[in-house]
Amino acid sequence: MKRSAPLALALAFACLNPFSAFAANPEKPECVAPAKPGGGFDLTCRIIQTGFLEAKTLDAPMQVTFMPGGIGAVAYNLFNTTRTDDPNAVVAFSSGSLLNVATGKYGEWTEKDARWVAMAGTDYGAVIVKADSPYTDLKGVMEALKADPTSVVIGAGGSVGSQDWMKAALLMKAAGADPKKMRYVAFDGGGESIAALLGGNIGLYTGDIAEMSAHLDAGTMRVLAVMHSERLGEPFDKVPTAKEQGYDVQWPIIRGYYMGKKVSDEAYNAWVELFKKSYENDAFNQIVKDKGLFKLNIAGKEMEEYIHNDVAKLRTLAVEMGLIEAPK
Amino acid sequence: MDVILSGLGQGFAVALQPFNLFLVLAGCFFGTLIGALPGIGPINGVAILLPIAYSLGFPPESALILLAGIYYGAEYGGRISSILLNVPGDAGAVMTTLDGSPMAKRGEAGRALSLSGVASFVGGSVAIVLLTLFAPALAAFAVKFSPADYVALMVFAFTSLASLVGKNGIKTLLAAAIGLMIASIGVDANTGVMRFTLGSPELMAGIDFLVIVIGLFGMAELLHLVESYARGTLKTLPVDSTFVSWADIFAVKWVMLRSSIIGFIVGVLPGTGASVASAVSYGTEKRLAGESGKSFGTGDIRGLAAPESANNASASGAMVPMLTLGIPGSGTTAILLGALLLFNITPGPMLFQQKPDIAWGLIASMYIGNVALLVINLPLVGLFARLLTIPQQYLTPMIAVLAFIGVYSVVGDPFDLYLAVGLGVLGWVLRKLEFSLAPVILGVVLGNLFEDNLRRALSISGGDWSILLQSSNSLILYGLAILVVALPIVISRMLKARQNKAV
Repeated sequence: MKRSAPLALALAFACLNPFSAFAANPEKPECVAPAKPGGGFDLTCRIIQTGFLEAKTLDAPMQVTFMPGGIGAVAYNLFNTTRTDDPNAVVAFSSGSLLNVATGKYGEWTEKDARWVAMAGTDYGAVIVKADSPYTDLKGVMEALKADPTSVVIGAGGSVGSQDWMKAALLMKAAGADPKKMRYVAFDGGGESIAALLGGNIGLYTGDIAEMSAHLDAGTMRVLAVMHSERLGEPFDKVPTAKEQGYDVQWPIIRGYYMGKKVSDEAYNAWVELFKKSYENDAFNQIVKDKGLFKLNIAGKEMEEYIHNDVAKLRTLAVEMGLIEAPK
Repeated sequence: MDVILSGLGQGFAVALQPFNLFLVLAGCFFGTLIGALPGIGPINGVAILLPIAYSLGFPPESALILLAGIYYGAEYGGRISSILLNVPGDAGAVMTTLDGSPMAKRGEAGRALSLSGVASFVGGSVAIVLLTLFAPALAAFAVKFSPADYVALMVFAFTSLASLVGKNGIKTLLAAAIGLMIASIGVDANTGVMRFTLGSPELMAGIDFLVIVIGLFGMAELLHLVESYARGTLKTLPVDSTFVSWADIFAVKWVMLRSSIIGFIVGVLPGTGASVASAVSYGTEKRLAGESGKSFGTGDIRGLAAPESANNASASGAMVPMLTLGIPGSGTTAILLGALLLFNITPGPMLFQQKPDIAWGLIASMYIGNVALLVINLPLVGLFARLLTIPQQYLTPMIAVLAFIGVYSVVGDPFDLYLAVGLGVLGWVLRKLEFSLAPVILGVVLGNLFEDNLRRALSISGGDWSILLQSSNSLILYGLAILVVALPIVISRMLKARQNKAV
């Protein structure tokens, strides 16, 4: 495992830290990014690595380690077999991980086999077309899909059954069209999808709202709707929600952290407190924002409930969309 | 043009600041080392250094200049272990082993290293000039390139690879088929269904390309060395002080130029990178060489210059969609894009207007870096070439250690080490059976791209195969593919006919 943290620098900061006396904090904090360096899980870990440092809520420097494999499955397995009671490590997860839990891609382990600690933040699904698309609002595209589900080619950065696909399928469902008739093109990540949209190879991209911040002013793409119940703040305040256009499609893409199932209450609560304290801190919130996430401050018991509900909802959806068979 | 010149002037003002200049040089130097280590390529180098650059509080243009220096420095460095050890230093340097290693084996390591350094320089320079002049237009072309066009490009690449057919055509085809089979392991990118993972979570994401390269090439080479050592057939090479001559450079000037352009264009396309670029240019050059192309693969300087020019050109090419559209053209540029976002800079259509110092500073630093790399690399040739005089009993374990570090650094999973060893045994057996390993690797690269894009094209058309023949890009590429296959046959027939007449 790689030690990529700038430890020396972090140590220097830690010495100046007024909270050094707090004994409840984890001694050797570690954030496991269950992927290669550079991706979304890496980013999720960096948020608390730099966030806790700048908010001065954690005295020890946090180490970020990478554990790729099976889109998070390897890490989920490990924390359910050997590191089940590790008090020092949290593992990054996202909505995609929850969908994998729901559809059984993580093997025998379910959402009950982890202790869900806290959220890093969230992003929201977005419905995006090219600037010269004939569709100027969500209604237009939805009616076209209803009349003929194959009339619009939809693309996104994940395979069939991934959370990117799920956004497109939910959209089809809300339009009153059969998701199975959808013309869906799976690309390798958001960048390739945007290229395909700009090149006119797909007609609609179900992406994320945060990645659009670079493109809002450029005038090359139009965001028809954000998949959230209310409008977001600057610079996304002009993007209408799907709900206000008459289609209640919501899709938050959450990012957060879990621990092993057998972690003691004491260790779990220490992490939860650490997050709650950091949520109050401006420096921490600024880092969350800088990394392209919207605030979603949920930790502890509330978090466990949120995740259990969410996975249950995803499971129902996955059955409805024909991804898995109904549990017997 | 005025905009470009003034932008470039502004860029040089940024890049020539002493601190930034130092970072360009440091990035290039470390990049060369990172690239030279088997397995640790540009992606790892940039990913590892990104958080460090960020936490040291560098201004964004400085951090980006450092990371970019590492990126193209690594593309330079990749050739070193390809030539000396027959182990590709990174994914883009696979083709470099084909002619580079035979040259080193016959005592021309210095010549191979210096010539490939020059070829890298030409590739990098041509690409930066093209990038400066045509970036926006090329970016527009790149996004128009549809999945169906990618299919055509892959068909073209496959046909130019057919030229790799060594003594035995069937073995080459079998090798490519093995590559295609390896490529199909993992989650199917289209439907999310598991393929050939045998229930193992480690295989869900497929076998990492670098693990395949290190396993098939590195481990197999190692086994081969141990075997020859045990048999006593291994001879230590004498110190060689060969160096590239002007005649060499002159002989490959068109090869370098053509390969640079091919490499740049392939690099601009999102999704295809240095490995495809070097393969296509190698195949093209071998075809163009006609009858004299038979010496490709036995240490022909053209076969060395082509892939090295192309992989460096593609590194710069990949910057085009990143800077102008905010779309990464390769894995490494995806991380550079992440670096920009980390500094609150959003690359994309507005970058050149909003942050000209960063965009142009980066471009200017590429000019400086490229010259710096040539200056750093040429004097070191003699030093690197001496590596080969290390007695084999020391050299072999050293390669083993480096290869294992490389594999482990990719994902930090011990499973990959076993996998690499397993692939190494496979590679060794294939070599014993006189299979060439390059087609296996290319089967892996091209197979993935071919399958993904074919299925994307068919998803777009709703299953209608005629989409493959609808765009002019595709038709041109198919035309070239037919030409590449048919031309040598036609020419040799004509020559024969003429000879017959003469008799």
